[in-house]
Amino acid sequence: MSGLDATDLAILRILAADATKSAAEVGRAVGIGQPAAWRRIRRLGDQGILAGRRVVVNSAALGFGVTVFLGVRLAAKGRTSLEDFERAVTAIPEVQTVQHVLGQFDYRLRITARDISDFERILRRRIMTLPGVGQVEANVMLSEERRPGPLGTLA
Amino acid sequence: MPDATDRRILRQLLADPDAATAALAARAGVTPASLWRRLDKLRETGVIAAIQLRIDWRALGWEVEVSLRFTLDKTDPRAFDEFIAAAREVPEVTEIQTFLGSVDLRLSVIARDMAHWQQVYRDRILTLPHVSDSEALMLVSTIKDSAELAL
Repeated sequence: MSGLDATDLAILRILAADATKSAAEVGRAVGIGQPAAWRRIRRLGDQGILAGRRVVVNSAALGFGVTVFLGVRLAAKGRTSLEDFERAVTAIPEVQTVQHVLGQFDYRLRITARDISDFERILRRRIMTLPGVGQVEANVMLSEERRPGPLGTLA
Repeated sequence: MPDATDRRILRQLLADPDAATAALAARAGVTPASLWRRLDKLRETGVIAAIQLRIDWRALGWEVEVSLRFTLDKTDPRAFDEFIAAAREVPEVTEIQTFLGSVDLRLSVIARDMAHWQQVYRDRILTLPHVSDSEALMLVSTIKDSAELAL
């Protein structure tokens, strides 16, 4: 399994929670020296397993009180309509996430707005006017929790 | 309360979280020392809740990601708490969100391949409590994934 040992998994667990930890701190936490920890972190990055930083902000403290998940169905499906839709939807600044999915919807979107009326503006002016957009379902997020994932089951 | 300079720093940081300190400071129009000080303050006050490293599960051989949407049987007042507690016990669950809308809850679940997905789904997902309805959206590709805000 990618040649990872228990120490690598422990390092992943630490950095997935806090990317600002130094190699020395990570090494101390997993019982190896700073140079060894640094080499392992670099290797995990080179292998693409550590895929860059994620900054988690308190959106509400910055005036963005509403996060909405949208399911979008396209009215017409063809290669060009997918490309047109994707190009237009990724350009909307309030749209944080765009995922192409299979199922009841064609796309999942995550939208952050200042409040419900700001969301309504984005929905009416930006989303409903997207090329090829069909049925749209909105769910307002109340809480969110990210989990470490199956790191414990890898070794 | 973050001021205009903080917002400028946050805009740059959210747009390019992997940028070096010196580059971020230059783009935000502050000195590196001032950038450090302000970032520390933003973390202390919880405006920045965390800076994490993302794990690319596909690079680890976990090829399947499914978005599962649930409607719960809300006649039981403990439905949400018990469902979430049980979902936390499933290692393949990477995200849990609750909603106001036609969907009550959403889980992101990953699996190594379709056979493994089937096993996780049957053994760990279908056994979650208080579910009255669920539906799956299978991830094909992520086109955009950013934490940017229209600051």
